[in-house]
Amino acid sequence: MAEDVAAVGAPAEVYRSYLKKGKLGFQRCRGCRSAIFYPRMLCPVCGSASFAWEESGGGGTVYATTAVYHRDREPHNVALVDLEEGFRMMSRIEGVPVEEVEVGMEVAFAVREEDGEPAAVFVPVAKTGEG
Amino acid sequence: MSLRAGAAIVGVAESDLGEVGPGFTPLDLIGQATSRALDDAGLEKVDVDGLFSASAYYHMPTLSVGEYLGIRPRYSDATNMGGSSFVSHLFHAASAINAGFCEVALIAYGSTQRSASGRLVSGSEALPYEAPYKPRYPVSAYALAASRHMHEYGTTREQLAEVAVAAREWAKLNPKAFVRDDLSVEDVIDSRMVSSPLSILDCCLVTDGGGAALVTSAERARDLAKAPAYLLGAGEAHWHRNISQMPDLTTSAAAESGPRAYEMARLGPEDMDVVMLYDAFTINTVLFLEDLGFCEKGEGGPFISGDRISPGGELAVNTNGGGLSYNHPGMYGLLLLIEAVRQLRGECGERQVADTNLALVHGNGGVLSSQVTAILGSEETL
Repeated sequence: MAEDVAAVGAPAEVYRSYLKKGKLGFQRCRGCRSAIFYPRMLCPVCGSASFAWEESGGGGTVYATTAVYHRDREPHNVALVDLEEGFRMMSRIEGVPVEEVEVGMEVAFAVREEDGEPAAVFVPVAKTGEG
Repeated sequence: MSLRAGAAIVGVAESDLGEVGPGFTPLDLIGQATSRALDDAGLEKVDVDGLFSASAYYHMPTLSVGEYLGIRPRYSDATNMGGSSFVSHLFHAASAINAGFCEVALIAYGSTQRSASGRLVSGSEALPYEAPYKPRYPVSAYALAASRHMHEYGTTREQLAEVAVAAREWAKLNPKAFVRDDLSVEDVIDSRMVSSPLSILDCCLVTDGGGAALVTSAERARDLAKAPAYLLGAGEAHWHRNISQMPDLTTSAAAESGPRAYEMARLGPEDMDVVMLYDAFTINTVLFLEDLGFCEKGEGGPFISGDRISPGGELAVNTNGGGLSYNHPGMYGLLLLIEAVRQLRGECGERQVADTNLALVHGNGGVLSSQVTAILGSEETL
């Protein structure tokens, strides 16, 4: 069942509660059906205040990527990922050297705990060799 | 009611630039620049009745500036949307003057970020949905845009490097430019990587500096010391604050602010003699040349390639040496306006572009977030 946006709690808290369960939550506008991320109280597309929370399947594509360099440690990746449900988020691609992360790469959602908080990251999807 | 040619910039000045030394405050630089700008215009401080400022240092900048300078404005606007704010202030000042709410507006800015810390002073808050991934603010956002532009249009690091080289060639002609030594495409590409694909020489300088500009009605402007730089058109637009919310990383809201300014001015990109684009990073120049109609989307790399925006090239872009080689004191928009006014007046010495009557100034703020375009013209263009 679709849930009322305010009744289920503050948008940031609901997102976090999904992550704590190992899930990637996002909002779907009941007015225009847009996938909304980051979570809010008003649809930035159509202005509706009626949302349902949904769980993403976690499949996505790297939209843009950068490797952030440091003087004293290895570089880390920062990427924008387009999820199959139609929203985009900032994240990090793990499991591949930073300079091998490419725009267009297919990735899948995973959860990491950092500083006691769950964070959404992505890992490359292994090529099956088909198609 | 159109703003076209209703107001003009009548006085401009920089403060001391580069590295001013310990102890000076941003307000000190604003005081210095304002004194010089008043002299430039032939106006007195008591004439100023409108005040415009933005700052990363002062939470209520027009209050701080007004107090320091002893100005009691009847119109005060501290709009802050990053580095573009001062181009926006020009638009807003012209609107206020046109509406009769003030007669002489001062736009002022100062920063001592180099002497104080050598790092960008930024009041930017992190978005909780971006912070865990530790992008380096603001360079990583521009790097993401560059990665996307390269993917979609085949733009190369060499082409981005050519933006920095062109800026340096202009800077060599400007005695006030902070760096004026030789620079090659290879130097840029081989420089220390910061946030790929952008290396340190793809990034703007971190300098001290400030500026002041005085704006008044076209009618009053004609009685003052210098040739007025008339505001012929202005437009502003913003679509996002955080880079993860930018709809398309290869198209900025300049694609709206530019046409708004052109429409008001009844002019197009082909009419511009000098083009001042906010080059916080090399990718900016590429994106804004496209979004402002100087070339097709995706053609920015080839457009700049082959010294086409260098001195003597097809299009005079960032004739002061830009944020990349002249100065970039945290927020750079006011310095763009100052250079455009000087080009229109013919005051630019070795770097003067011959027969300049129309200049486009484009400010950018945040992470490709706010976009403000202004078109300035000489008396001949009215």
